[in-house]
This record gives sequence, structure tokens and C-alpha cells, in this order.
Amino acid sequence: MARIGVFVCHCGFNIAGVVDVKRVVEEIKKLPDVAFAADYKYMCSEPGQNLIRQAIKEHKLDGVVVAACSPSMHEVTFRKAAASAGVNPYRTEIANIREQVSWPHQNYPEEATLKAIEVIRTIIEKVRYDESLIPLGIPVIKKALVIGGGIAGLTVALDIANAGYPVILVEKGEELGGKVRRLSGLYINFNAPDGFLEEKIKAVMEHPNVTVLTRSEVKEVGGYVGNFIVKVETPSGEKSFDVGAIVVATGFDLYPLQALGEYGGGRYPDVITALEFERMLKDGLKRPSDGKEVKSVAFVQCAGSRDPQRHRPYCSKICCMYIAKQASLFKQKVPDGQALVFYIDIRSQGKKYEEFVQRAIMDYGVLYIRGKVARVYEEGGRVFVRGVDTLSGRPVEAEVDLAVLANAVVASPGTEELAKRLRVATDAFGFFQEAHPKLRPVESLTAGVFIAGAAQFPKDIPETIAQASGAAAKVLGLFAQRELIQEPTVAYVVEELCSGCGLCIEACPYEARALHPWKGIATVNVALCQGCGACAVVCPNKASRVRNFTPLQYLAMVEEIAR
Amino acid sequence: MKVSYFPGCTLNTKGKGFDRSVREALAALGVELEELPDWNCCGASFPLLVDNVLDLAGPARVLVAASAQGDKLATACTTCYNVLKRTNRVIRLDRERRERLNYFIEADYQGQVEVMDVLQILRDEVGFEEVKAKVQKSLSGLKVACYYGCMVLRPPAEVAYDDPENPHALDELMASLGAEPVLWGGKVECCGNYLVAIKPELAMEMSYRIISSAYRAGAEVLVTNCPLCQFNLDRWQRDLVVKKGGFRPLPVLYFTQLLAIALGLDPTRYELEKHYVDPKPLLKAKGLLDQEVG
Ligand SMILES: Cc1cc2nc3c(=O)[nH]c(=O)nc-3n(C[C@H](O)[C@H](O)[C@H](O)COP(=O)(O)OP(=O)(O)OC[C@H]3O[C@@H](n4cnc5c(N)ncnc54)[C@H](O)[C@@H]3O)c2cc1C
Ligand code: SF4
Ligand code: SF4
Ligand code: SF4
Ligand code: SF4
Repeated sequence: MARIGVFVCHCGFNIAGVVDVKRVVEEIKKLPDVAFAADYKYMCSEPGQNLIRQAIKEHKLDGVVVAACSPSMHEVTFRKAAASAGVNPYRTEIANIREQVSWPHQNYPEEATLKAIEVIRTIIEKVRYDESLIPLGIPVIKKALVIGGGIAGLTVALDIANAGYPVILVEKGEELGGKVRRLSGLYINFNAPDGFLEEKIKAVMEHPNVTVLTRSEVKEVGGYVGNFIVKVETPSGEKSFDVGAIVVATGFDLYPLQALGEYGGGRYPDVITALEFERMLKDGLKRPSDGKEVKSVAFVQCAGSRDPQRHRPYCSKICCMYIAKQASLFKQKVPDGQALVFYIDIRSQGKKYEEFVQRAIMDYGVLYIRGKVARVYEEGGRVFVRGVDTLSGRPVEAEVDLAVLANAVVASPGTEELAKRLRVATDAFGFFQEAHPKLRPVESLTAGVFIAGAAQFPKDIPETIAQASGAAAKVLGLFAQRELIQEPTVAYVVEELCSGCGLCIEACPYEARALHPWKGIATVNVALCQGCGACAVVCPNKASRVRNFTPLQYLAMVEEIAR
Repeated sequence: MKVSYFPGCTLNTKGKGFDRSVREALAALGVELEELPDWNCCGASFPLLVDNVLDLAGPARVLVAASAQGDKLATACTTCYNVLKRTNRVIRLDRERRERLNYFIEADYQGQVEVMDVLQILRDEVGFEEVKAKVQKSLSGLKVACYYGCMVLRPPAEVAYDDPENPHALDELMASLGAEPVLWGGKVECCGNYLVAIKPELAMEMSYRIISSAYRAGAEVLVTNCPLCQFNLDRWQRDLVVKKGGFRPLPVLYFTQLLAIALGLDPTRYELEKHYVDPKPLLKAKGLLDQEVG
């Protein structure tokens, strides 16, 4: 004999305005095994929860049904409340009589009341057969894998290593440092990045907790949060590592010149990307075509960005700033030279960023022309940049020695394959997809995999470092736990019934199932299982079941509706 | 290979040289162009009002006739291509207009015909390698500036079969004939189109920019696939020589005229004498035309 308590919520008028809650309570009280039933104005309020706790104690309840809003609202609230009074949280269930009853049936109070009673009766049947469960504890391997050795990856690795945990840093290139290594000077003070970059690289290389693997790539990822198994291909053969968390910091790439037909599609030697211009600022300002001194440069902003018809619809975010920097640096080196910047509008959001752009205009005499460039071509050894000056409303054509394009920032090559291996999502443009754009920007949707730097979306150095430290903090938060707590409502296999047909293994979307090596039956990896029930549906022998969603419960619930 | 052919009004009147070079060059390459019977004007402009169904009736009738004859319809006039291609697209995608059109012209056409430009047929059906193999008189040493009519490129999503900002099919074709396509910035600049009728000074200015750009890039001749571009670029040069100091005229040829010549066909059949800037001296100098031709 179960002793179930039923608590019917008014939700102000949300429920009680339609459903006759008093009548519901009277009807429910008549049912067998219902030891207590009551209604209350706001069940989720502190007095409401107290009502539940008190009733549990007074009436020695061993199961609870709260007839209220959707379980996604308050299931956790009520399970906690019930648990604090001694009822197993997995024997506390919600009967949704708001979203599924009072709201959709506002004009039918009589029918809504009858439906509410039916919904509650059904859930009582479920609770009657609910098992008392204990959350699962999963151990965490306190070691991290960082993929990508740019400024993002270096920061993550160092933060985690400094906190005392081992890190494996995998970089596919020859050297650490990423794109920053190729930059001449940085905004907003023009200092060369070499100093701080070398310092950071040195700190990482010498850190006893960091293993650096260059010219290496992640080939295979298995396991789950806290317990990943990673295979890395290194120059000295394949290596396998067990890690608890993974951070992707694979950075970005530039939209290829070849895709920008309107700007010459890569055919003209003196039309280059801004990254090539960084090298020129370091190594000397000579024209690629004839080696002559560069005296005039036209910078073309938004090359391939903000162009939903032909290229990328998004703003690449970093180029307005680095173009202002490059134009100023050019003027520092060639004071009598001419620097033109074609722009749609200037995006300089950051501390002292707008002032930096103003200095380019006022102090360095960089000429800003507001208008998108329509065409860039080379003729007779001269580069022509044609566009419109939208302030004067006239077409303009500039004749210069060199055109520098601020190519759109795109995902780094190989992102798709890596994402597949990691079982994380990418967005419409191939960047790693964050779990939530506002609330969870450094996590992926796969537990234990985090994102840092431009691998998620274009970011400049300060932003990259901030996000990298955020990702490191998330990893450390994970490592701070003794073990991971997992919902126990997962699948299990009734050994005597399982024929080993394997159907459930294919059906499982989380790769949580496998065939036992010698028993010839299916097994469940509870750390991976999400309790989705796909395996239970396909199993021809009803051998695969999900805890507290068993066939016995469902048949009882259906019978109750049909009665 | 047999392909239905729609010459269109321009190639049937002013552009006979173009028309003839298209038919004969393709025949030499094994493509038999089968002219549609009893064809009518394509309308010469694609109506942009979505409730304008009547103006689609003309091109739709052409497409219906083509569907009775085969699965492809070739056209050399870029404007006809644009109008027919877009009309066909409307018929494919817009059920309401399709039904009204079919009702109006008493047909049951679903858009199954593939409308193709002759250049596209040369690239995708014949293949430039095949063209190269059939060259009798190489155009080697001839520097050409390829100029693409916007009607085969815009709007890109509806009609383009080449990169709309950096098209290259014509350059590749010319290279396969042995000619040397120059790298230049004017290949998709607007020729002025119908401005010639309302603001001729402006059209002349636009032609001036394009031709001088080709000249600066070292071109000896401009080649195009569009009758209106050919007219605009050719027509103004007499005036430009007078008005603009230092202006150097350049002959403007249809790409199929050069194709026919390279395939060893008789150049005198293609109305070379009707061009405003006489291309004959250049062709003679390059050994592509007999000295005796007047
Ligand atoms: C022209 C230009 C000028 C700039 N100037 C400035 C400036 O002045 N100031 C500023 O703040 N920012 C500037 N930036 C932005 C700056 O470059 C970025 O913020 C920074 O590089 C982002 O770092 P990251 O580590 O996320 O990516 P990256 O620098 O791209 O590093 C990614 C690393 O991951 C590696 N990698 C990629 N895929 C894999 C894989 N599958 N496995 C293993 N390793 C992999 C790469 O080899 C690389 O080493 C500029 C950018 C450009 C393009
Ligand atoms: S428990 Fe849900 S239904 Fe009840 S008052 Fe709170 S929000 Fe409303
Ligand atoms: S940051 Fe500036 S240059 Fe870059 S895409 Fe955005 S607006 Fe254009
Ligand atoms: S319940 Fe879902 S996740 Fe769990 S084993 Fe079955 S199919 Fe896989
Ligand atoms: S589907 Fe059922 S019977 Fe088949 S292997 Fe899975 S649990 Fe066993």
C-alpha cells in the first residue's frame, strides 16, 4: 500500500480560474492509496512548499503528486522540497494541469476540470510504481586536453596548469602562438606581440604540468565528461590519453581572396589580405609585383563580411580596429605616404578603441571614405579601387600602389571534422556552437567540452584571453567536484529477456549502449545515457527499459485513462 | 547532338553575323541547332511586377514550343537568355503564375526545358578541350579582352552560370582557341545598356572607360557575347576618337566570330564589314583573314 499525497495548485487564477480545484481535490481524495489531498494558491511559494513538507510528515507519505505547471518549471523545486521531508525525489512527480489543461481549455471549465482529474489519476499510477532512486556518481579524471596552441589555447593551458592540474596541449602547426605570432604591432599601443607571446609560450613549455604536442592532431575522441579517451597523432606515433575535460581553441582563418571575384579573386599580386600586410609591416613595405616602395595603400574593409547575398552576412568584428592600426603603422613608417580606408561604418567597441580610430584620422592623417568598394583591379602596374563615397554621393576611384583587404573571418580549416569527432555542433558558418549565446558562451552542448577564442566567433586578443580564462574556470569548476552527479533515470537491461539482437545499440543517439563482450546481451553506459527511451521503444523483447518509465508504469497509466 | 535554337529578333535582323557564326561554329563542333518553328519575340525585358502575367506569355509560348522539340533550348542573345531563363524559373517555382499562364496560352507546361546560353553549351556540353582539339587556325598572338554581358550573370541566383563578379568562361574559351586573354578590370562593368536611347552622353562615357581600360591592359580586340554590349562598345568609338584626346579604337567582335575563324570557317560570312570599328586590318595582320578581302 502506497501513501500518496496530491497537491493541487491554483497558480492564482491561472489554473483556478478555469479548473474547479476544490472539486478536483474532492474527487482525488476518493482514490485508493491517496493518503492526503489539498489545494493551495501558489504551491511553489515557500508556504506552498511547507504545506507539502508538513503533509509528508503528518500523513507519512511515500509518494507525492504536484498538480501544477509544466515539469520544466518546478519539478526540481518540488523534488527538493519532498526530499527534505523524507520522500525520495524520484517518487515525486508533476501532473501538468496548467500548460496542458487550464491554458488551452480556457473556455471549457467543466471539461477542463474533468481532464485535470484524469491527468492527476494517471500520474498517481506512475508514482505508485516509481522506484526510490539514488543519483549516480561518476568519477572525474582531473586532466585536461587543449586543442590549438594560439593565444587562446596557451591561456587556457596556463590557467589550468597553474591551478595544479595536468594539461595536454595539441597544436597542429610547427610552433605555438597562432595568428598573433604573425602580427606586426597590436592596437592600441602598437607594441609588437613578440614579448608577451614568447613569455607565455615559455611559461607553457617550461610548466611541469603541461605536455606540449606540436605537429599533432586529435584523431579520435571517445568517452564522456570526466572520462574522455583521446587518440592523438603525433610525429612519434599515435598516443592515447585519458582526460576529464576538453577545450577547443582552434582559432580562425580568413575568407579566401579567390572567393572575392569583385576584388580580383586573387589574380592581382598587389591586392593582398591584411594578414599579408602584417608581414609587410614587419619585413618591409615592398610591392609584391615589382618590389617597389609602397607609397599609397587603399584598405578595403568588410571584404566578404556583411554581405548576405554573396558572402558572409555577419560582421567580422576585429577588422575595423586592426585596419586603423595598420593604416596608422603605415603612416608611421611612410609619413609622406597616403593611406585610404573604405568603410561601411566603424565598429570600435572596446576600452579606448574609438579614441584609437580617431587618432588614426586626426594624428596620422589616414583618409577615411565612407562607402563599400565595388571593384578592385590592376592595370598598367597600378591598383584601382572603385566605390562610392556615400557622404558626398559620388562615385570615387582611387589609384594606389597596394590594396589591402580586410577579409572576413571564417572558421579554421578542419573544424567540421574535429567537431564531428568531439560530437559537438557547429553553427551555420562552421564556427563551434556555444551551448547558449548569452548564458553559456564558453560551453559546448556536449558536457565536458568547452570553447575558447576565435574558434567560436571572431575575437580580438583581449576578448580571446577573457573567454579562454572563462573556459579554464569552467574546467577547474569541473575538476573541483569529487564526482559528477547524474540523474538515475537511465536505461537498464533485463538480462533474462535480452536476446542480444543489437537493435537498441543502433537506436541510441548518445552511443551509450554496447554488446557485452561475452554475455551476448546489451549493456548501458550510465554516464552517457540521457534516458531518452529510444532503446526501450525498439527493443522487441521489452528487455531495454528506462528507470521509472517502465512498461508496467505506462500500461497502468493507460489503463487508468481508459477506465 | 541536336539542340533547339531560339535566334531572337536581334540575331534575325541587326545581328545576322552573330547568328550565322553561332550556327556554323556549333555545327562544326557537332551541335546541330534546330530553329524553333514559328517563334515570337521573347519580350526583350523581364517583367518585375509579380502580378504581371501577361508579359510572360510571349516567352512562355517560346518555351512551350521548345518543350515539344527537346529538353534544352539554346539562345545566343544574352537578353533572350535572361528573359527565357527567368520566365522558366517563374513557371517552375510559382504555381499560381504557372497555372494562369498555362490557362492563358492553352498549354500544360511545367518548366521542364533547360534554357542555355551558347557559351554555356560550349563549356558544359561540348567542352573547351573538345573545342581546342578542333582548332584549325590558332588565334595565337591575339590579345583579347573578354567582356561579359550582365544579362547572363545578373541576378546571379536566377541566371548566372559563371562567377558573377569574376566570370571566366569566355576567357577560357579564348585561351582554348590559342588567343591570349588579358587580365583587366572592365569585364563586368556596365556598358550603359539602354542608356544609349535616353542619355547617350552617359553611355558614351561608360564605353570610353571600358575600352580604354582594355587598351591599357594590352588588348587588341574586345570580344563579347552580348549584342547590345557589342553595339554600345562599337558604336561610340567614332565619336570618342574625335572627343577624347589619345583615344585608341579597338574592334569589338562576337566571340563566335573568332570561334568560327579559329575552326577554319570562312570569315567573310559573318558581316565583319558591318562593324563600326573595322576589325579586318587586325585580322589580316594576325593572318586570320586573306589580304585580298575588301
Ligand atoms: C590581420 C590581423 C590583425 C590583427 N591585429 C590584432 C591586433 O592588433 N590586436 C588584437 O587584439 N587582435 C588582432 N587580431 C586578432 C587576433 O589575431 C586574434 O584575436 C587571435 O589570433 C585569436 O587567437 P586564437 O588562439 O583564438 O586563434 P588563432 O590565433 O587562430 O590560433 C589557433 C591555433 O590553433 C591551431 N589549430 C587550428 N586547428 C587545429 C587543430 N585541428 N588541431 C590542433 N591545432 C589546431 C592553429 O594552428 C593555431 O596555432 C588580428 C587579426 C588579423 C587577421
Ligand atoms: S507551482 Fe507552477 S502552477 Fe503553481 S503557482 Fe507556481 S508557477 Fe504557478
Ligand atoms: S569589424 Fe568593421 S571592417 Fe570588419 S566586418 Fe565589421 S564593420 Fe566590417
Ligand atoms: S535511454 Fe536513450 S540514451 Fe539511454 S541507452 Fe537508451 S537510447 Fe541510449
Ligand atoms: S534491443 Fe532489446 S533484446 Fe535487442 S539487444 Fe537491445 S535490449 Fe537486448
